[in-house]
Amino acid sequence: MTSTTSKFAFVSGFWAGLPFIAVGFPFAMFFGIIATEAGLSVAQAMGFTIVVIAGASQFTAVQLMTEAVPVWGVIAAALAVNLRMAMYSASLQPHLGTAPLWQRALVAYINFDASYAISIAHYEKEPSLSVSEKAAFFLGSVSLMTPIWFLGTYIGAVAGDRFLNGFNIDFAMPILFLALAAPMLKTLAHLAAAVTSVIAVLALSGMPSGTGLLLAAFIAMAVGAEIERRRGR
Amino acid sequence: MSYSDGQIWTIIAIMGVGTYLIRFSFLGLVGNRKLPEWALRHLRYTPVAVLPGLVAPLVLMPNPVTGDADPVRIAAALATIVVGWWRKGMLPSVIAGVITYGGLQYLL
Repeated sequence: MTSTTSKFAFVSGFWAGLPFIAVGFPFAMFFGIIATEAGLSVAQAMGFTIVVIAGASQFTAVQLMTEAVPVWGVIAAALAVNLRMAMYSASLQPHLGTAPLWQRALVAYINFDASYAISIAHYEKEPSLSVSEKAAFFLGSVSLMTPIWFLGTYIGAVAGDRFLNGFNIDFAMPILFLALAAPMLKTLAHLAAAVTSVIAVLALSGMPSGTGLLLAAFIAMAVGAEIERRRGR
Repeated sequence: MSYSDGQIWTIIAIMGVGTYLIRFSFLGLVGNRKLPEWALRHLRYTPVAVLPGLVAPLVLMPNPVTGDADPVRIAAALATIVVGWWRKGMLPSVIAGVITYGGLQYLL
């Protein structure tokens, strides 16, 4: 990771991750606020953010805790929300599988929606990257996002809801993720997978949180793969 | 909150370990072995199979005032997708989405 190309890849990743700070910081702050309003201590809010480091599941857990759901119910629902990350892990494997174990272990810790989406988009655009460049890019993409995520939660937890008035970030996240996914719609198979994903998620919206998305994603992947198999790449 | 400190930290710890294992799974255990072609063929579609489904409910979420799907959100999402697909880049796509969202909110 000391070569110049890896450094360049790290810096490219850093720039690619920058737009997500604008979403990540208020999102993290919002978690800090919600968590402490729900009755968690600042340390516990930070515990969620640092140990779990997966926003959607943290909100799910806190929401269920305010409803006094039993401990195992909270854990099961929150982990279900994170199951999609197993697919991220599998999807990254062909790119990073030969990286040293410590790098894979580190990537696993910070393998969340934004870092995965930024990195896989970059890998698909630049297929000639070496494994160490790919790993450096991934780490670069989260190098600012991760501390900002921690800091945001802390400020939210300590300062409460004093700051959040006027922030309207709820639609920034959909735009950022769609902007990452849209350039990846390279073939009919990709397009069909994306459309299937949307339809299936809406059809399965009655399922417990996270599981509907997981099943929808499986169906969408099968549709994409089947179309590719029939038409050739 | 009806949980003891011990219960809260148990939730945090198990969620943390579980989430880490989910993320480490294939990356850590499959390692540098090559996955079979059928598996790779499915995995190529992971991002386009997950991300649209992840955001679709947020795009189609009913407006709290009117109770209907919000045309501004839908228009902004479509602009983001079309420009991103057409320009093959994230930045023009984000700009198109933000301008559409902000512009329509201002106009409507």
